[in-house]
Amino acid sequence: MAEQTMVGALNMALARAMTDDHDVVLFGEDVGKDGGVFRVTDGLLDRFGPDRVLDTPLSEAAIAGVAVGAAAQGLRAVAEIQFSGFAYPAIDQMVNHAARLRNRTRGRLSCPMVLRMPYGGGIRAPEHHSESPEAMFAHIPGLRVVIPSSPRRAYGLMLAAIRDPDPVVFLEPKRRYRAVREDVPDDGVALPLDRCFIERDGGDVTLVAWGAMLAECHTAAEALAGKGVQAEIIDVATLKPFDADTVCASVEKTGRCVVVQEATLTGGFASEVAATLAERTLAALRAPIERVAGWDTVMPLPRLEALYMPGVARIVAACDRAMSYA
Amino acid sequence: MKEVATFSISHTGIIDADGKATGELPAFARDAAELIRLYRTMVLTRSFDARAIALQRTGRLGTYGSSLGQEAAAVGVGAAMRPDDVLLPSFRETGAQLLRGVSLRELFLYWGGDERGSDFQAAREDFPICVPVGSQAPHAAGVALAFKLRQQPRVAVCVFGDGATSKGDVAEAANIAGAWNLPVVFVVVNNGWAISVPRDAQSAAGTLAQKAIAAGMPGVQVDGNDVVAVRVVVGEAIERARRGEGPGWIEALTYRLADHTTADDASRYRDPAEVTAAWKADPIARLRTWLVASGAWGRQQEQDLLQACTAEVDAAAAAYLETPPQAPETVFDYLYATLPAALAEQRARFLAEAPRHG
Repeated sequence: MAEQTMVGALNMALARAMTDDHDVVLFGEDVGKDGGVFRVTDGLLDRFGPDRVLDTPLSEAAIAGVAVGAAAQGLRAVAEIQFSGFAYPAIDQMVNHAARLRNRTRGRLSCPMVLRMPYGGGIRAPEHHSESPEAMFAHIPGLRVVIPSSPRRAYGLMLAAIRDPDPVVFLEPKRRYRAVREDVPDDGVALPLDRCFIERDGGDVTLVAWGAMLAECHTAAEALAGKGVQAEIIDVATLKPFDADTVCASVEKTGRCVVVQEATLTGGFASEVAATLAERTLAALRAPIERVAGWDTVMPLPRLEALYMPGVARIVAACDRAMSYA
Repeated sequence: MKEVATFSISHTGIIDADGKATGELPAFARDAAELIRLYRTMVLTRSFDARAIALQRTGRLGTYGSSLGQEAAAVGVGAAMRPDDVLLPSFRETGAQLLRGVSLRELFLYWGGDERGSDFQAAREDFPICVPVGSQAPHAAGVALAFKLRQQPRVAVCVFGDGATSKGDVAEAANIAGAWNLPVVFVVVNNGWAISVPRDAQSAAGTLAQKAIAAGMPGVQVDGNDVVAVRVVVGEAIERARRGEGPGWIEALTYRLADHTTADDASRYRDPAEVTAAWKADPIARLRTWLVASGAWGRQQEQDLLQACTAEVDAAAAAYLETPPQAPETVFDYLYATLPAALAEQRARFLAEAPRHG
């Protein structure tokens, strides 16, 4: 089996889904001949033909809205928004329609679609190309919000997202697109869409993160281990629905929690994690819950981008503070 | 300099405001029974409107948007469609929905604040009423994409108002429909007003039909108060799309005789004289005049029809009012195909607390 980057794993999952189910169609800007600006759909036009891999006009509201209509007819629409910064015209379609169609028709019509988009910073991209909008989507009833953190997880979560009968917003941490390679068996096995993944066991502090922040947490955990602190790491993976049980069980054990998100602090999903822990695990907490997040400012352009990105030093410092409570 | 593009917009009218034929009658219009069917649906729409407003005024229905004056535009669209086409309406398409098999009770339920009003027992693939203006236009393109990819001879028909033509959603939908040669027909029901903003303030375009030209599809105008003309023109566009010859766009000129909704007071912004004048083009009166002149209709039939429509609306209103509210758990149960475990706990708490709200 070949080692895959996240891009390769996503491509493999899309090809597998299209092979298994003739109703799966892909469309978006430059997804055809160009294979997507990050090459996630590379080669799929040649393999599956122009009826199943379609280049759209430059038209984000139509991309999402066409997906809603096609999905209501039973196609499995997998639509790409080129960068999450350009998703805003599509959000009306996701909030007012994709998320509600099943409910407002009492199940008569539904919306089995995936809206894929690269998100997040760290690749020195131009303005508007580096933000993390996951909390906006996670706020919307009726959507699922999924974020992979590794090639293998990207493969399994993408298959699950496409097979799911409801709309899924699939945010791809582009900083991790080609960061690592790992064995990804093309076995057609989907991952669950309602579960967090414990990536590292530890008894002293729980690190909760998603997307590109997992890699930072792993590096931080190594540093902490050198100081005798054992961090447990949880990849939330599916922000909506949020598997609070797994996170709470971990914090019941460790008594300390640091939530790490790349998105700006205020109203972010880390706040939802922290609030849930405060409601459910207060008696077990031995230290205040910390949020390590992007600052409440506009994402800086590349020359100052690194100052914004939450990194190992801030995560370790937060854990140190948590450990300083007896 | 050389001219690289030109366009012209045609206007079709067949039965004028005085109930006289000004153009050649299509075959279906020579069948009195068919014209009476369309007439009946327009009258039923108006009866429903009157009852809906009465129910709203007495606190038994929610905010309601009347179809008054626009009955022909909706009925013409509905009559032009085949059963397995898909309608994506706005919220004044009662006449089209009735022809599609949506029931009066369902419409009462919808406007009365009950989701079951969008769970049409017939027309299972039709979209529900769309409130965010013009946002259903991309769905129509998506439905049409599915038809095209599956090589089904079906057409998506999307109806919205003059205000919607200012929306990006509509422009994007039209553009992609043109670029992909999709079997979809967009019908702009231009009733002159988007709440308080008149047509001329909405757009500097000379017609709203010409907005189609830039998207690479034909745009035509029709007398939207002439049900015969609407059916002909929309029908031609639908059949053209069905043959794979691409999308169509029709501007149907009509007039909103009522307030925007029951929550609106049009006298704040509209000259009553304009409304009075618009009544002269009433779509129902003109077809009645035509039918009477052609000998197919008389006082007795009219009386019988009004009684029958009233009885049908009475029965539907009674059925709506007698329909108990949905069970509380339905607030959660249609959100996802399978309720996620994370929501199950919230649902249980909701059910435990729901009775307290009575």
